[in-house]
Amino acid sequence: MARPRETSLLARQRARAAWVFMLPTLVGMALVAGWPLARTVGFAFTDARLTDLSAARFVGLGSFVSVLEDPDWWTAVGTTVRFAFVSVLLESVLGMGIALVLHRRFAGRGLVRAAVLVPWAVPTVVSAKMWAWMFHDVYGVINAVLMWLGLLAEPLAWTAEPSLAFWAVVMVDVWKATPFMALLLLAALQLLPEDVYEAARLDGAGPVRSFFRITLPLVKGPLMVAALFRLLDALRVFDVFYVLTGGGSETQPMAGYARQWMFEFQELGVGSAAATLLVLLIALLTAVYLVLGRVRLDVGES
Amino acid sequence: MRRVAFAGLVGLVLLYTLFPFYWAIASSLTTGSALFAPRPWPAHPAWSNYTQVFAQQPFARNILNSVLVASGVVGLSLVLGVTAAHALGRVAFRGRRTLLLALLGVSMFPQVAVLSGMFELVRGLGLYNSLPALVLSSLVLTLPFTVWLLTTFMRELPVELEEAAVVDGATPWVVLTRVFLPLLGPALVTTGLLAFIAAWNEFLFALTFTLTDAKRTVPVAIALLSGGSAYELPWGLIMAASVIVTVPLVLLVLVLQRRIVAGLTAGALKG
Repeated sequence: MARPRETSLLARQRARAAWVFMLPTLVGMALVAGWPLARTVGFAFTDARLTDLSAARFVGLGSFVSVLEDPDWWTAVGTTVRFAFVSVLLESVLGMGIALVLHRRFAGRGLVRAAVLVPWAVPTVVSAKMWAWMFHDVYGVINAVLMWLGLLAEPLAWTAEPSLAFWAVVMVDVWKATPFMALLLLAALQLLPEDVYEAARLDGAGPVRSFFRITLPLVKGPLMVAALFRLLDALRVFDVFYVLTGGGSETQPMAGYARQWMFEFQELGVGSAAATLLVLLIALLTAVYLVLGRVRLDVGES
Repeated sequence: MRRVAFAGLVGLVLLYTLFPFYWAIASSLTTGSALFAPRPWPAHPAWSNYTQVFAQQPFARNILNSVLVASGVVGLSLVLGVTAAHALGRVAFRGRRTLLLALLGVSMFPQVAVLSGMFELVRGLGLYNSLPALVLSSLVLTLPFTVWLLTTFMRELPVELEEAAVVDGATPWVVLTRVFLPLLGPALVTTGLLAFIAAWNEFLFALTFTLTDAKRTVPVAIALLSGGSAYELPWGLIMAASVIVTVPLVLLVLVLQRRIVAGLTAGALKG
C-alpha cells in the first residue's frame, strides 16, 4: 500500500517542481506577449490616440469599420497575401533546386553550403539596402547589366514604380529566405534511404521521374512545415517593404499599414484594429493550411 | 560534359547568393562620383567611406547598442529557456502540451500585434527611448523558440543520468545545474546563436521605441542613414556600414554553420 502512494507523491513533487521551473518563463511571456497582445486588442475597440492614451473612449467596432472601409487596407491585404504566396512558392522551388545540388557529393561542398547560409544571417535591413542600391534607377548595377546585355532600352525605376517595387521586394525576400528552405530540405533529403533510388534506377526510371515519384512525396512533410514557417513570416512582413519602398500606400504590407496608423497618423485605436485583423487573418490561413495540407504539428507528446 | 554542367550550376548558386555582398564591398570602397558609374571593381579603392561612417554618424555607439541589446536578450532567453525546458522536456505534468502549443502560437503571431500594447508598457515603465525597452520587447521574439529548441535538446539527454542523481537525493535544481547543464553546452551555443541573430536583426521594435540617433541599434541606424544631400542617399556610407555589420555574422556562420543548421532543423522539422 505504501509503495504506489510514495511514487505518486514523488510524481506530484516533480510536477510541482516543473511548475516552479516554468514560472519565470510564464511571467516573462505574460509580460511581453500576453499583456501587450491583450492591450492591443483592447485598444482596437477604442478611439485611442497616441498623444493621450488615457483619454481613449470605447467605440465598439468603430475602428474595425474604418479599417475595413479603407481601400488602402484592402490594397495592403492584397499586397501581403500575394507577396506571401509568390515568395514562398519561389523559395520552395529554388530551395529545392539548391538542396538537390548540395545533396550531391563534390569537392568544396562544405564551403558552398556555408556560402548559401550567409544571406540568411544578414539583417533584413542590410539585405534590403544592398538590393536597393543594386536596384537604383540611375546608378544601379541591375539596370546597367540589363542595358549592357541589350535586354533594356532605358533604365527602370525598380523601387519607385509600385508594380515593379512589389517584385523587387519579392526578389530580396527570396534571396534572403531561400537558404532556410534549402537547408531544411537538404536535411530532409539526407534522411532518405539510398536503396529506393537504386531500385528505381534498376527499373529504368530517369532522374526526373524518380524525383517526382520518390523524392517529392518523401520530403512533402518537411517541405509543408518549412513552407508554413515561411508563410507565417511572409504574412507579417514589415522590414523589407519599409526599407525598399519607403512605405508608400500602394506598396505596403498589412503590418506596415497598422504601424502607420499607430505612429504616423497617431490613431492607435485604428492601427490596433488593423493589427488585430492581421492576427485573425493569420490564424485563419494557418488553420486552412493545416487542414488542407494535412500537416500534423508534432508537439513531441510521447 | 555533365560534370561541367554541374559545376556551372554550383557556380550559379554561388553567384546568386554572394554577388550582393561582392557588390556592397565594391561600392563601399568607391568614393565620390565614381559611385555613379558602375564598374566591376573600383578604379581607386579607398577606405574613406569606412572612416566617414564612424566620423559622421554615431555608428560606434549604434554597434555598442546592438551588442548590448542582443547580449541581454540572449542571456535572459537562455536562463529562462533552460529552466522552462527542464520542466517541459523532462517532466510529464498536466498542461505541458498546452504550454508548448501556447509557445508555438506566440512564435506565430505577428510582432505588430503587440506593438501598441508594448508601446504603452514601455512608456509606462519609463523605458521609452532606452536599451532595456528593446531587450524587453525582443524577448517576445526569442523566448518561445529558445524554450522550444532547448526542450527538444533536453529530451535527448539520457534518463539514466537523471535517475542516478535523483536516487542520490539530488533536487530538480541540482539535476538541472550539475547534471544537465554541462551536457547542454553545444545546445546552448546553437540556441544562443539563433537568439543573438534574431535580436541583432530586430527592426520594428527598435524603430518604434527609440527616438534619438544615440539610442538606435544598427539596423535602424542603417535604414535611416542619410547624408547632407536631400536628393541622394550616401550609398557609399550605407554600403560601408552594411559590410561592417555583416562581416562578423558571416564569420559566425562560417565557423558555426553545422550548429546553426542543426538548430534550424531541430526547430522546424521536429516542431
